[in-house]
Formats: sequence, C-alpha cells, structure tokens
Amino acid sequence: MDTAANIFGKACGYGGLYVFGRREYHSNIKGLHSYFHLRISPQKVLANINDVDLLAAFDEETVVRHINEVVPEGGVIVDSKDTSTKVLDVPTFPPEFVEEIKKFMQENNVGETLNDWLNHAKQRNVHVFPVPYMDLLTQIGEKLGIAQISKITRMINVLTIGVSFALLKYDRKLAENAVKATFAEKGKIADMNVLALNMAYDYAEQNFKDGFKHRLTKVDANEERLFLTGNQAVAMGKVLGGCRVQTYYPITPAADESEYLEAHQILKTSSGEDEAIVVIQTEDEIAAINSASGAALAGARAATATSGPGFSLMVEGLSWAGNDEVPVVITYYQRGAPATGLPTRHAQGDLRFVMHAGHGEFPRIILASGDIQECFYDAAKAFNLAEKYQMPVIHLLDKAVANCSQTYRVFDYGNFKIDRGEMLTEKDLEGKEYKRFRFTETGVSPRVPLGTRNGLHWYTGDEHNETGHISEEPFNRKKMVEKRMKKLELVQQEVPAEDKLKFYGDTASENMVISWGSPKGAIIEALDMLKQEGLSLGFMQVRLIHPLPTEEVKKALESKKRVIDVENNFLGQLGSVIKEATGIAPNYHVLKYTGRPMTTTEVYDALKAILTGKASEREVLMFGS
Amino acid sequence: MVLKPSDFRVPQVYADWCPGCGDFGIMNGLQMAFAELGLEPHQIVMVSGIGCSGKEPHNVKAYGVHTLHGRTLPFAMGIKVANPALEVVAIGGDGDGLGIGAGHFVNAGRRNLDMTYIIHNNGVYGLTKGQASPTLRLGLQTKSLPKPNINEAVNSIQLAVVSGFTFVARSYAYDVRHLRDTIKQAIQHKGFAFIDCLQPCPTYNNINTKAWYAGEDRKDDAGNPQSRLYKLEQTGFNPEVHDWSEDLERKLVAISKAREWGDRIPIGVFYKNELEPTFEKRLADRIPFYRERPPAKQKLCGENGLSHVDLTEFMEDLKTS
Repeated sequence: MDTAANIFGKACGYGGLYVFGRREYHSNIKGLHSYFHLRISPQKVLANINDVDLLAAFDEETVVRHINEVVPEGGVIVDSKDTSTKVLDVPTFPPEFVEEIKKFMQENNVGETLNDWLNHAKQRNVHVFPVPYMDLLTQIGEKLGIAQISKITRMINVLTIGVSFALLKYDRKLAENAVKATFAEKGKIADMNVLALNMAYDYAEQNFKDGFKHRLTKVDANEERLFLTGNQAVAMGKVLGGCRVQTYYPITPAADESEYLEAHQILKTSSGEDEAIVVIQTEDEIAAINSASGAALAGARAATATSGPGFSLMVEGLSWAGNDEVPVVITYYQRGAPATGLPTRHAQGDLRFVMHAGHGEFPRIILASGDIQECFYDAAKAFNLAEKYQMPVIHLLDKAVANCSQTYRVFDYGNFKIDRGEMLTEKDLEGKEYKRFRFTETGVSPRVPLGTRNGLHWYTGDEHNETGHISEEPFNRKKMVEKRMKKLELVQQEVPAEDKLKFYGDTASENMVISWGSPKGAIIEALDMLKQEGLSLGFMQVRLIHPLPTEEVKKALESKKRVIDVENNFLGQLGSVIKEATGIAPNYHVLKYTGRPMTTTEVYDALKAILTGKASEREVLMFGS
Repeated sequence: MVLKPSDFRVPQVYADWCPGCGDFGIMNGLQMAFAELGLEPHQIVMVSGIGCSGKEPHNVKAYGVHTLHGRTLPFAMGIKVANPALEVVAIGGDGDGLGIGAGHFVNAGRRNLDMTYIIHNNGVYGLTKGQASPTLRLGLQTKSLPKPNINEAVNSIQLAVVSGFTFVARSYAYDVRHLRDTIKQAIQHKGFAFIDCLQPCPTYNNINTKAWYAGEDRKDDAGNPQSRLYKLEQTGFNPEVHDWSEDLERKLVAISKAREWGDRIPIGVFYKNELEPTFEKRLADRIPFYRERPPAKQKLCGENGLSHVDLTEFMEDLKTS
C-alpha cells in the first residue's frame, strides 16, 4: 500500500502538482486496515481535508470505513468480485466498530451486502467503478508467462493506480515514470508493473465512460521538488547538522529514521573526503541514550531517536546528561499513549512529560517542528544548540509529521553553519590548568573531548566541583546548580526570534490561535479559508517549547480577545504551560485525541464555530478512521 | 616519557573506601598496568557505574566518566565507537553489571568491542549497606541480611563465555601482581575482555573475607593457611582458541572450570579468542575509513564553518522531477 501511495504521489509530483500524504496503519504486520490519504493540488497543500474525491479500495473494509467520506460526484474503485460479501462478515472489524456499522445501516436503511453499501453511495451520486482485478491479473500472467496468479497479486496496487489515473485523465507517461523510478533497482519487476499499469489504464478508459468529472492536469513546476516524509527530513537534517553517531532501539514511529540513516551511512562532502555516520541498534533505550551521551563526551555529535515508551526508559540518562552538561540530541516522535497506547497513531500528549522528565532540576532545550521542512532544519540546528549551551536537546515531533509525506522545493542547505560552541584543543590547553566545569559568567564552561592531551577531566552523576570530582559542599552545590540553570537565560537571549515563535495570518486580529507541532498545516489552511469569509485570525506557532519565550508570548497574547489553543491532546498542555508562564489562559480549546491528526476541514469548522459564538470552550474533534 | 604507577594517582581526591577495601588493590593494579603498558593518562578513559567501585575513576589519573547504576557499558560503548583510539576501561560492581545492568552485559558480548570491563565482585551492595548482590550464593547470610539469601548466584564467568566475551578471566584484589598482569592482558587483548575481580568487602561480607580466601580457617599441619585460590596458569590450563574448531571445547572447559568454588577457586584466564572480529573491525568493513576518521574526528564543516555534507544522494531518491 505504501508503494502504491508513493508511486501515486511521485507521478503527481512529476506533473508539477503538490501532494500531501498521510499514512495510517495498525500495530500489526498485515491483515488489518491501513490506508494512505493523498491530497493533490496545483497549489501548495499542507494537510488533509475530510472530503474524498476518489476512493481506491483493495478490500471490503476500506469501502465500509471510507465510503461515506466520498463526496457526491466522487468515485469509488472496488474489486468487482467482492460486492456480494456481507459487510458484517468482514473478520477484521472489532465489536465496537460493528455496533457503529449496524447503527449506520439502521439509520440509513442500508442493506447488509457491500453491493447495498455501494448502491447507497450511488444514491448520493457517487460513481462506482468495479474492476475485475483477478481477470486483469490473469491476463497479465498470460502475457508474462506466469501461471501462478498468487505470485503477482501484489500488482493490484499498480492496477488501482492505473485505473485511478485513467479516471482522472492524467498523463499515463508520468505514472509509468513513477513506476519505473520506484522499481528502478529491480529491472524486470519495473517492466511487469508498467505493463500492469497500462492494462488497468486501458481497461478503465474503455469501460468507465460515465462522466466522472474530477481531473488531474499537469502543470509546469519551474523548480526542483522533493516528496518526502518527516522521518527522512530529520535524517537528512541530522547529517547536515554533523550527527555522526545515532543510537536507537526499534520503536514506531521513530525507527524508520535510523534505518534510513544506516542505509545512507557514507556521507559525501564538498571537501572531497567522505564522512560517515555510525548507527547502532542498542539492546534498549537506556543503552541508546547513554551510549549517545558517551559518544558526545568523546567529541562526536550524537543523537538518539525514539517515541514515548522509549523516552520513558531514557529519563534517568537524560538527568545524567543534564547534570554533566552533555550535548546530546533526542529526537522524540510522540504517538498515542499512555502505556503502549496507540503505537502507530498520532498524538501530542507528551509536551509536559519532556519538559519535566528526569529527576532533579537541570536545563534542557525543547524544539518542536510544525512541518517536514522545519523537521529538516531543526534537526540540524539541534546539534548547534546542544553544543553551544552544553545541554540535552529534545527535538519534539509526532507520528503525523514522521509518517506524512509532502512536496517541497528542494531544501537549500548550503548556508548551514556548524557552531560547536566553546571547545578547546590540545594546543589551547598547553601549560594551563583545565577544569571541565569552570564557573563562568554565562555558565558555559569550555569543553574538551575525552582523549585530548592536556585536558584531563572527570564526569560524575554526583554533584561535582569544577574539575568533575564528587562534591557535596553546600557552597559548591549552590554555585553549580546556578551555573547549569543560568545557561537557559543565554538560550532565551540568543535563539533567533523565528526559531522561538512563528506568526501566521492576521496577527493584529483580536483572535489568536496558539499551537505547536503538526497541527500547523491544518491551522494555516483553515485561517486562509476563514479569511476568504472575512473572519480574521492570527496564529502563533510555538517552536521553542523550553525555555519558553515568555515575554514574546505574553506580548503576542495580552491584548487578544480570544486565545484559541489547538492541540492533539486532552489537557491542552501548551495552553496550560503558557498560562503558567504568562498568566494568560486560552479561552477556547480545540483538541483531538483519537489518534488521528487534525484535518483542515475540522479546524476550519471549529474555529468558525468559535468566532461565530456557536462553540463551547472545548471543541473536541473526531474525524478520521 | 615513561610513567610510574604513582603518576596515575590523583592526590587531590581522598579515596573514601573503608580501610582494607579491595578497591584499593584494584586501583593499584590499574595504575601499575597503565604504567607498565606505557599508556599516558589522556589516552585512557575509565568508565564506571554506581557503588563503591564507581569511584574508582576519581582515584586514577586518566579521563574518568562516573555514570549511572548499571549503565557503565552503554556509556563505554558510545565513547569507544566515537573514538576507537581511546583505551576504554569499564569498571563496575557485581550488582551494577550482573543485576541492574545484566542486559547490557549480555549484549556487550555480542558486539565484542575492543575494550576491558572489570567487575568488582564482593557479593554485596556495599554502598547501600550490604544487601545481597547477584553473585552471593543461595542460602548465605552476610551480616546485614535479615534472612539468608533467597536467590541463587549468577556465575559471571559462565555468563561472559556464553554471551560472547572473547577474553574471560578472574583475578583477586589482594593479589595485586596477578591483577596487574590480568589487566595488562585484558587491555592488550583484541576484543571485549572481562575480568571478574574477587574483591572482599571488609564491612558487609563477613563470609567471603580476605581471611576466607587466604584459607586462614584451614591450616595444614605446619599451621600454614591453605589458600582457596589457585592460578589456572600454574596448572597448565589452556584457555586460548587458535582455530575455530577448538572453540566449543575451550568454551565448555571454561564453563566447567567456572563451576569450581568453595575450597578451590580458580583465578586466571578462562577463555581467550582473538579470531572473532571486533565491533570496530565490523564497522570498518562498512566504513573503510572508520579508524582514521571515526565519528569524533570528522570535520563536519569546511574552513568557512559551513557544513560540508553533500545531500545529493539522499535527495536524488526523493526528487519529483
């Protein structure tokens, strides 16, 4: 399914179109419902919407779960053999969903077979396109001399793409190119898939002439673009930022990043001398954080990537890194929690957790990216921040941004500067006494990698003196705590304004939306739609979660009539953090904790209801299967 | 410059172990081994966990990283992988390495990094006032235990052999020369070397004491104590694998030898195999320049400070044109 979606997205990209794709899947290997939701437009697209114009289903479950999202004049592609199946016989529906299905059937007077469901859709003017997938596969098998159809059933993916593009009257050459690029390294497989694509395209052209009106038309892009996921953007950002050791323990939705890095381990450089990132799969997340810290002490830029359960295990190591001023980067992809929660689903429930995780008081930086492009640059910047201020940096992301794909102009990275902060070399140290934790005005003590001649020092998880030896002296303790904590003031002063907060929409409006992370795209699009209707709102995206840019936040919010907090959690965590810091509380919350990201449609509806006095103080969103 | 063991002392730090603690012996053994191997302090990183043993690095003039309880090996691994030129010596207690850190112990064996790990084995958690550690035998009641130990002991030598450590030895904190020699061999070994160092806790382990190891309770007719410890090397024991065909046999012999306890306790090298590729070698097979330019030694940027990574190959796959 992912392959199909990627081919589809790529083919659209080849035609100069923008794509936003969202991947939804269960925590299993195969057999349960997964889907890919693509939105395609000649203009930039930043999020999904509720309406579906064309639904391509490989199985009955997909029809049942999504057919009511298809708009009038939209289309549904189904396997023609399946339509007599009784929907309640689908074995993968959990009982709580069966209840919903029954309720729907009763309320809408819909029969029990798939055909009844399709007929119900037809009554809403949805076009149904039954495709005899098995017949097509048999024909393909004959052409290729493959008798065993089970060997090529995977090609139903490509058949669906062929049918979809034929219905949309999209240039089939572009689809062919996308198939070829996807299977480039597999030679014969590429040819087989091109054949399948064309047979499906031909079949649809010949058989479906009943006025499906939606069209995809290629445009001239005039620029080079990328179609990529957040996981991939973070990986590239990390190597740009100098990450040379990455440790991880497999966890969804973080592991893809580490695997991608390992696959691209050898790094070309403009200096001509190759570099490389060492990726280590450790025995657990405890080993992951602590070996990353070890590598950082030895002078490598080092990171780990994880999700909630993994970060829970890392917490003691985080505290050590804070105490010992270790420049280690933790990429944290939130997912549905608590406990195992919704392992493959989206959430933003861990903001307060990462702010406070770890015993004791120590400084940390928390950066939250709102889209895939920010993921790229923030992943690189995280290493500069970590080394400049000598503290752990948590790059806080989520499942939505990790697994969504989006089209961007090729990232410009030629101007990214590596800033290693205050670091001393063997030569600087000659004839001098070195103290790793020297008390300085800023709290930052010049750093020396382990193994440097003339720079001998110690680290300990105990409170320590300037040399790094254990000390329980009250006077030293007080100074050491203050030394560590005051580095946060420096962060506040030095981080550029656009890395702290970003503003969108009409910031002079009396209405201000506040949010962080992946709801960004849906909010920006909703604001644009509301503006068309004369409803004015601003949007403040908080990027530096910690240390919170309190003064700037206060300034942005203090004169507002409505402060609307939009987050993928139950508590409205950012809103409460802002209230705590500034005394300004949001008067509305738009929250979603179903495990699915917000769509533009939902955010638009909620904000409109708020501005027109039709909403409660707490709007809880539900859309998405 | 040839350094003496005393050059590895840290005069400004008071070693706060109990009088008569085996940790002093291990400290001396380390300082002697480092000096005799011609190492300089800045080339060595001593990594430790929590407990009395965790303080060992503070008393040895070398880079010292005193980490978390049980996490010695992950920190050590990160340091070694980032800069394989460093001589990394990990130190831990028996609880640290075989209780809370047991998962890391087993997995370190799978990797075979070229470094050394010394466990201070005294059967108790000294710093928390003498609870039973994973190496205390079933039914023993050291003096601060309210009841006899309800768990059987883990056999660290056997565990190390089956986990894949390629140098497995035991030594004794009060036989500093033997310990020094064992540490030297461990450091020189190409691969992950483990030393189980018997280290009587004079305060909380009143059973496996210095006198007990020395056999003060079992004197011969002439009144001389009969030490419980004997040296494998003096019995013609052959721990070394020269060909993979010998490996199983050597492992089984080591495991069998490691069962000896009580009146005859072997010290010395149980198992040694340099045929197994080190983790560094495995990395170098993937990254040909790994040893010359390990992660800690890469430039990251050009003279102008701009990151010099070329992302073309990453982006090529993602392009839509």
